[in-house]
Amino acid sequence: MADLSVKIAGVSFNNPLIAASGTFGFGREYSEFYPLEKLGGISCKGITLKRRDGNPPPRVAETPSGILNAVGLQNPGVDVFINDDLPWLKKQNTVVIANIAGNTVEEYCQMAEKLSETDVDMIELNISCPNVKSGGVQFGTSCESVANITAEVRKHCKKPLIVKLSPNVTDIASIAASAEANGADAISMINTLTGMRIDINSRRPIIHNNTGGLSGAAVFPVAVRMVWQVSNAVKIPIIGMGGISTWEDAAEMMIAGASALQIGTAMFSDPYAPVKISEGLNKFLDDNGIKSVTELTKTVIPW
Amino acid sequence: MKYDVRRLRLISNSQIADGIFDMRLEMPREGFSVACGQFAHVYVPGKTLRRPISVCDCSNGELRLVYQVKGEGTSLMSQMKPGELTDVLVPLGNGFEIQKGKRYCLIGGGIGVPPMLYTAKKCENPLVITGFRNESLVILQDDLASAGAETVLVTDDGTAGEKGFVTDVLRRKISEVDEVCACGPTPMLRAVAELCKSEGKPCRVSLEERMACGIGACLVCAVKVRKNGEEIMQHVCKNGPVFNAEEVVF
Repeated sequence: MADLSVKIAGVSFNNPLIAASGTFGFGREYSEFYPLEKLGGISCKGITLKRRDGNPPPRVAETPSGILNAVGLQNPGVDVFINDDLPWLKKQNTVVIANIAGNTVEEYCQMAEKLSETDVDMIELNISCPNVKSGGVQFGTSCESVANITAEVRKHCKKPLIVKLSPNVTDIASIAASAEANGADAISMINTLTGMRIDINSRRPIIHNNTGGLSGAAVFPVAVRMVWQVSNAVKIPIIGMGGISTWEDAAEMMIAGASALQIGTAMFSDPYAPVKISEGLNKFLDDNGIKSVTELTKTVIPW
Repeated sequence: MKYDVRRLRLISNSQIADGIFDMRLEMPREGFSVACGQFAHVYVPGKTLRRPISVCDCSNGELRLVYQVKGEGTSLMSQMKPGELTDVLVPLGNGFEIQKGKRYCLIGGGIGVPPMLYTAKKCENPLVITGFRNESLVILQDDLASAGAETVLVTDDGTAGEKGFVTDVLRRKISEVDEVCACGPTPMLRAVAELCKSEGKPCRVSLEERMACGIGACLVCAVKVRKNGEEIMQHVCKNGPVFNAEEVVF
């Protein structure tokens, strides 16, 4: 049995597999499949200051080896999360990451302040949601805006701060460096790639929001490339995600530069995906005489 | 643990009408119960999303799913062969609540008919009204009759049964029943719901929406409902697929 534990920004995870925000709610549903302590952590559904109802349906469409989604940050608001869901989550013996999104920098700061007084283990700054009209990704697409929001939230955030990056940018490495320089403790990446599908008969986009975020196996090579590029630009740890479906993908993402991983879309075809990936990684490490999963991180030998 | 992924052996998977397939899967006879109106979430090898299919019947160690080939996923489903192990998440969602001593009218439109077979089996002497576009799409008439239902068949073009819509029949016979359960296209459900409301009959509708997780975590299969005067988003997979028609914002 290899050591699967990892440490990100001072927080210890039993294993590097974290449920990705937006695919796992606040954990209750999947806890009906397996105890959540089998996961290293849970990145909760993105929360906002006030309740949001999200976009009208359809909110999902299947694409080759992936899906488009545009939920639009439906959530009950930060106070409901703190009062109704967090106490339960904290009993599940897994790392709890609150994912926050806002319309303004002030809203992000207010939420960071509220959550700093709770038992959440980490805060993930969602500046990469492509499916809301204001806020979300608008804060995540230039070095200046990433620098500004990271620095501002840092002033109010007493928890380890993860900045979740959008892949819909020209130079993700410099954006990651801006987050690091302004107080981010870790980077998580990648959020979804913006995409679109159209019904050729009705000529209507399949997703009511017209565009959506692409995830699933289709985006995996893009995610690996970006994690590798960012790992060459920052010293803080990277939580890698984007289409990881198998333990082989997980190993590859860590070798590219990730210190931990988030699993999202793979859960929809197999609810046990993160558990199976964790088991597969363990066997891979044992078979190769590797004692700790941390030994995989950033061991790519580039040409 | 409430949920589990089951690997069920496929008994048969044959075409029963134009583009409509009847899949039968081996079920454990004990320690397992499915309510009428619940659904199964079927894994299709090679696809990112499972396909949610309403339960058509669940008896004698057999789970029956009758589905329409609509796209790539269901097309692949239709090619699954007897003997294969099929990965199914079942049962999911909240079905129709059937009470003793009440007479139900079950209404199915097109591919909304299959869940009404299992529902009919749970009712005493139900009235089942089924509607299809034309004769080539008619399914499950013998099964419904064998389940002891009084059946009325309608088609849009009159090529089978009466010519007309399910609501034409419902309007005529609504006084004979206590409650209505319906599944089918949204315009049909809206018309059924309006008729029931004006006649003062309770009505439940089974809804469909593009779905991902199937358990209420990912929030994609949203449906707007009115609760305590406020419009909120609920989800077909977890809060439904069966909803109180009066609460649905069509």
